[in-house]
Amino acid sequence: MRKNAGVKIGSFILMKCIRMLTLLFAICLISFLLIKNSPIDPVQAYIGADMLKVGPEQRERIAEYWGLDQPVIVQFLNWGSALLKGDLGTSMIFRRPVSEIIGERFVNSVVLMLTAWVLSGVIGFVMGVVSAMKKDTWIDRIIKLYCYTLASTPTFWMGLLMLIVFAVWLGWFPIGLGVPAGVLAEDVTIADRLQHLILPALTLSVLGVANVALHTREKLIDVLASDYVMFARARGEKGFLLFWRHGLRNIALPAITLQFAAFSELFGGAVLAEQVFSYPGLGQATVEAGLRGDVPLLLGLVLFSTIFVFAGNLIADIIYYVVDPRTRESRTI
Amino acid sequence: MIPNLKTDQKLKRFYMNRRQKTLLTIVVAAIILLCVVVGGALLDQDQIATNLTERNLAPSLQHLFGTDWLGRDMFNRTIMGLSLSMGVGLIGAIGSTSIALILGMAAATMGKMADRLISWLIDLFLSVPHLVTLILIAFTLGGGFKGIVIGLAVTHWPSLARVIRAEVMQIRSAEYVQISRQMGKSRWWIATHHIFPHLIPQLLIGFMLMFPHVILHEAAVTFLGLGLSPHEPAIGIILSESMKYLSSGMWWLAFFPGLCLLMIVRMFETVGGNLRLLIDPVRANEK
Repeated sequence: MRKNAGVKIGSFILMKCIRMLTLLFAICLISFLLIKNSPIDPVQAYIGADMLKVGPEQRERIAEYWGLDQPVIVQFLNWGSALLKGDLGTSMIFRRPVSEIIGERFVNSVVLMLTAWVLSGVIGFVMGVVSAMKKDTWIDRIIKLYCYTLASTPTFWMGLLMLIVFAVWLGWFPIGLGVPAGVLAEDVTIADRLQHLILPALTLSVLGVANVALHTREKLIDVLASDYVMFARARGEKGFLLFWRHGLRNIALPAITLQFAAFSELFGGAVLAEQVFSYPGLGQATVEAGLRGDVPLLLGLVLFSTIFVFAGNLIADIIYYVVDPRTRESRTI
Repeated sequence: MIPNLKTDQKLKRFYMNRRQKTLLTIVVAAIILLCVVVGGALLDQDQIATNLTERNLAPSLQHLFGTDWLGRDMFNRTIMGLSLSMGVGLIGAIGSTSIALILGMAAATMGKMADRLISWLIDLFLSVPHLVTLILIAFTLGGGFKGIVIGLAVTHWPSLARVIRAEVMQIRSAEYVQISRQMGKSRWWIATHHIFPHLIPQLLIGFMLMFPHVILHEAAVTFLGLGLSPHEPAIGIILSESMKYLSSGMWWLAFFPGLCLLMIVRMFETVGGNLRLLIDPVRANEK
């Protein structure tokens, strides 16, 4: 029986991955075509300010060097075959391999996103629980008001407010950048990095709370209205013990899954927060690439963010599949 | 429950149920919207002309939201920005709702292949972060008004399309539709006479809930510099410009425009959410 379950989950994951591969291929093709149709001329973007010094012959040479003079489909095949070998091309603005830049930026971003993710998950969960246990009291009202308001707050505005309050008025934190300016890379200490991390992470956490909290609240209210909780209440259980015995396990799973499935919003939020705090992460690289017409980097980042989101969704699905037997029957791939 | 009954009776005088509350919110929202739209239409470039004698003023009665580094009145700029943002958001949300309607109907009525294809398409759009898709599309179309509107329309439809698909599936299997088909009505006739009228509330609410998101995304992309051009008085532009002046303590440049945006978004979200609860037969009788 156990072996059977293993095979089942194996095929489940396999099907998911096959579906992902078709999606990934389509995204490659579509984003490639989109970018190729852009009015921003990549040669022009590459030359940038040196426009006057570069003659037409040299332009052709550059186009040839990047393979830009060939038909789009040939370009796509070239790019695709290089991609399969793990070569994402060379970034035009950083003049370095794209995979290297993504790797480096990813480390920065992942610290930021992970902090925000864990913080918002835990705080949101606790808030949701408190709000549901104290339903219709003032604390519930405050939490609901907070969540509904925060759910419609623009991320970048929150970041700006944080900057105004903590960096400008109180002067506790530096105004931007991932590391202090004018310090050699080797001299940057962990404390420095932490200090630059706090504000963006705080911004993302404060905003990310809303979704989990509201969702947990709804679920817990449903659980609390169930017969077994009523019976437990009749036996005299109440407060924390009641929640611990009957509530926690029922609502922890949806909350965790929700957090994993929210990778897409997390990435979007990180793009904005990184831009506001000029934090050198993936999001900022995406904006730079978009603004300055860096085609290889932009393509690489689109692919990377897709894989990132997919990983989150896959983990959410697997957790559901493994832990909650009810979904196995009804869930189609 | 009995304990609740007691609290119900001693509730304050101003107690309103959800219908009344929603109605009130809609009225307030409509008034504010009207003010913003009319204000945006009445104000023109003269109202935000540069006035170098009144630079960098903190908020006062004369300039409610203060003035910027060129002496432009921030209140007027904010109103213009809001009306612009809402215009863009409106076009984007209408576009997105239409896409959702067409694809959702197609998925539910045009057979298995179309259904598979469309659900694959939905997955495709959900698997890239919205903001990245928007950046990609803005890049393709070279930014500007067209880029942002198309980007917004293309990115927001998937979840609504799913709702509509499920709804159409349900209506399609209803008896009156079956009978209608037996009587030889064409698919198109059934779609327009039986299915579409049932979809109107879903569409309306989907639109109301989508609209604030569209506005937020518009502001975000413009803020990043990939949306509307810097000459337009959009909220995103105002906020991204204000970043340069934050370190000199000019908080009002960022605070008020963002707060107004938040209020508008919040209002639509409340109306949409309440309407959804009201048409939901399971929960419509809650307080």
